[in-house]
Amino acid sequence: MGFFTRFLIPNPSPVIYTSMVAIGITILLIVFGLTHFKKWFYLWSGWLTTVDHKRIGIMYLIAALLMLFRGGVDAVMMRAQLAIPDNKLLDSQHYNEIFSTHGVVMILFMAMPYIMALMNFVVPLQIGARDVAFPRLNAISFWLFFMGAMLFNISFVIGGSPDAGWSSYFPLAGNEFSPHVGTNYYMIAIQIAGIGTLMTGINFMTTILKMRAPGMKLMRMPMFTWASLVTSVIIIFAFPVLTVALIMGTMDRLFATKFFAMTDGGMDMLWANLFWVWGHPEVYILILPAFGLFSEIIPTFSRRNLYGYRSMVASMVFISIYSFFVWTHHFFTMGQAAYVNSIFSITTMVIAIPTGIKIFNWLFTMWRGRIRFTVPMLYSIGFIPLFTIGGVTGVMLAMSAADYQYHNTMFLVAHFHNVIIPGVVFAVLGAATYYWPKMFGFMLNERLGKWAFWFLTIGFCLAFFPMYITGLDGQARRIYTYSESTGFGPWNMVTFIGTVLMAISFFLIVYTVYYSIRHAPKDVGDDPWDARSLEWATHNPVPEYNFAIIPQVSSREAFWDAKYKGHELFKGDYEKIHMPNNSGGPFIMSCIFFVFGFALVFSIWFLAIMGLIGIFVCMALRSFEIDHGRYISVEEIKETEAKYGGVNK
Amino acid sequence: MKIDHSQPLEYSTEQNRLNILGFWIFLGAEIMLFATLFASYFTLVDRTGDGPAGARIFEITPVLAETFLLLTSSFVIGLGIHAMRLGHKKAMLTFFVITLLLGLGFLGFEITEFITYYHEGATLQTSAFTSVLFTTLGTHGAHVTLGLFWGTFIVLQVKKRGLTPETANKSFIFSLYWHFLDIVWIFIFTFIYMKGMT
Ligand code: HEM
Ligand SMILES: [Cu+2]
Repeated sequence: MGFFTRFLIPNPSPVIYTSMVAIGITILLIVFGLTHFKKWFYLWSGWLTTVDHKRIGIMYLIAALLMLFRGGVDAVMMRAQLAIPDNKLLDSQHYNEIFSTHGVVMILFMAMPYIMALMNFVVPLQIGARDVAFPRLNAISFWLFFMGAMLFNISFVIGGSPDAGWSSYFPLAGNEFSPHVGTNYYMIAIQIAGIGTLMTGINFMTTILKMRAPGMKLMRMPMFTWASLVTSVIIIFAFPVLTVALIMGTMDRLFATKFFAMTDGGMDMLWANLFWVWGHPEVYILILPAFGLFSEIIPTFSRRNLYGYRSMVASMVFISIYSFFVWTHHFFTMGQAAYVNSIFSITTMVIAIPTGIKIFNWLFTMWRGRIRFTVPMLYSIGFIPLFTIGGVTGVMLAMSAADYQYHNTMFLVAHFHNVIIPGVVFAVLGAATYYWPKMFGFMLNERLGKWAFWFLTIGFCLAFFPMYITGLDGQARRIYTYSESTGFGPWNMVTFIGTVLMAISFFLIVYTVYYSIRHAPKDVGDDPWDARSLEWATHNPVPEYNFAIIPQVSSREAFWDAKYKGHELFKGDYEKIHMPNNSGGPFIMSCIFFVFGFALVFSIWFLAIMGLIGIFVCMALRSFEIDHGRYISVEEIKETEAKYGGVNK
Repeated sequence: MKIDHSQPLEYSTEQNRLNILGFWIFLGAEIMLFATLFASYFTLVDRTGDGPAGARIFEITPVLAETFLLLTSSFVIGLGIHAMRLGHKKAMLTFFVITLLLGLGFLGFEITEFITYYHEGATLQTSAFTSVLFTTLGTHGAHVTLGLFWGTFIVLQVKKRGLTPETANKSFIFSLYWHFLDIVWIFIFTFIYMKGMT
């Protein structure tokens, strides 16, 4: 094999060539734009080197939206292929690659960073802190995630995409059945991003445990902070399992080890087990912060405090522990003893109970509330019934005997989209709208936002409810076509229409942002929603030090009580504020990680070793670096606060 | 940076306390990492294919030597931290250097052990058992190697900058790491070697 032939796409098609050109043009345009408007320095000093949790949050948000687009294009292509029977739009290889990348991109590179965006932006504000515990590490987390995502995304133009599903089961994912480099990309890109996520977990757990404002006891924390804490714990326990599984998978593929091999004692089911020991907690890593966000939005727009605070916390803690004891439900059909299946059936069903408790708590919060139907609230109200359907079908799947019928059909696909879209996606879209003024100082247009909501919701129902039916009728997932005699055709056409509506809603959301940038009023005050928790006690957009004076908390809804019950949040005078310095280290090190990963994917050993050395050099330099941060002087604080109209008292 | 003199140096600033807690949490993640490796090891231990089983390749002498070296090093770094608390920079540095030398000795034995296995026909690729064996031992060994570099950096920094809140903090955290590797080794010794030899 010549050196360069390895970079060729094994199964090229016009679509791929077009996207190559499109990528090339986009990169040129960006470079040209940055040069033309002389923005390189701004980009470097304002963003690439930042350690500010708010800016990192915003970068996560942008990355997540880009990945939503990428994953969405995959989705539209798949559903277009399935829209009519015996369609020839995509061949089976392309279909395999597309559903594999769709799954990985949506879960790991869209939903995760979207959650991370909100955690980064909101949590330090909610607990009245000036940053996270380890700001530099936070930047490393972001850039590792970003480089992992980029590495994964270039796969379809360089060397070929993974095609063994987002769960990448062996032996299918082994060299014998997946000979091209696609699955190497899977193993290595997810590894890099995963390390970043693990660091985020550690960072946020430390932050939340140690950096809360005086008076904020654990049981006074806002619900999203609670959710982030619990999520961090799950991340810390779940991600190392993924790390090990991916190391083994990588070694099987690159060094011919025998972990998951079919010969020499290898055990393919070990992969499935390790993957889901991580994978099931992972779905809760996504949904718990989403629950947390709904728990912020619903009380605000119902003008009532959250019903059942304690039971909300208890059920999250319960879920976090329990989520580690249900993983086998993902392969009931793969031959373990009946009693094993029975045990995991029961544990799976039990996990629906705390989820149900939360649903009732949200309903009771709204009960007799004065509800305002804003965009964030619409997403929350839409979430409740739709998510409940997803939960109920989950319990159906949890019955191991019945699962022989449902497993790997469209019914399963409908289930998990039914929990992830109304659960996670609604939450992050609603929350992004809710926190938009905090991030950027202006509101998103409500009218356009409502259009987007309705397109998304109706599109969602049209797209996924028919899958329950065709799934029960036996339409398998991950199969690129079906014959007319199956009768699946009309339902799949409905699904395709739903998909198009959802795609339109994506463009509506983008347009909403564009429109609002141009037309929305730029001064919305500090508390546009009449909200309840601490993040609203500072200005919009938030100054870099977050709070000029660290707030003193004496109740659960600190800001609400400050507004309406006369609690005093900000006591004392300005003092100089210690802030961390920016650093190019995280970005540079992550770039080297990218090169290292790329070299591994293609087995270019020389480059890989250079990359590894580069990474260690970065760490060594960091070890010797002396960095005491810097101070913002009282004059500067006064100036900034004057511009905003002073500390909210 | 406020320094709290009622606390030991390594705990004396807010950032120091955060660092230590954060590192404990990191060790929690490390426990999960090794737990996963152990779980995989137990799953694959009898799946030797055509290759040798543990009982055939394990030898007690090098393993005992490794155990002795690493346990001693863990003890010595404890002395080092004690010296640091008393403010004896010289003694602390001596203990740290001894720790690192013992670690180096451990690594030397481990590498020769691996070479022996290789000559006895147990390579990374021989069977699922050898794959997981080498990966588990190798992950621990890689941690030790990284620790050697890290420890050296810290020794250099303490030497040059003296015992400051930062260097004391780093040294203390490094000692946590080193003790942790020791504990992992005890598990390896018991559940891989002792169990495998019987
Ligand atoms: C009421 C709680 C839930 C129950 C009882 C439940 C049950 C199940 C079961 C039994 C399966 C496996 C079915 C099969 O493969 O045949 C499954 C798959 C899945 N669930 Fe759930 N689930 C619940 C909630 C959730 C939530 C909240 C999420 C995500 C946010 C989620 C995401 C998924 C995903 C992604 C899969 C499929 C993965 C794949 O095979 O590609 N589930 N669920
Ligand atoms: Cu699951």
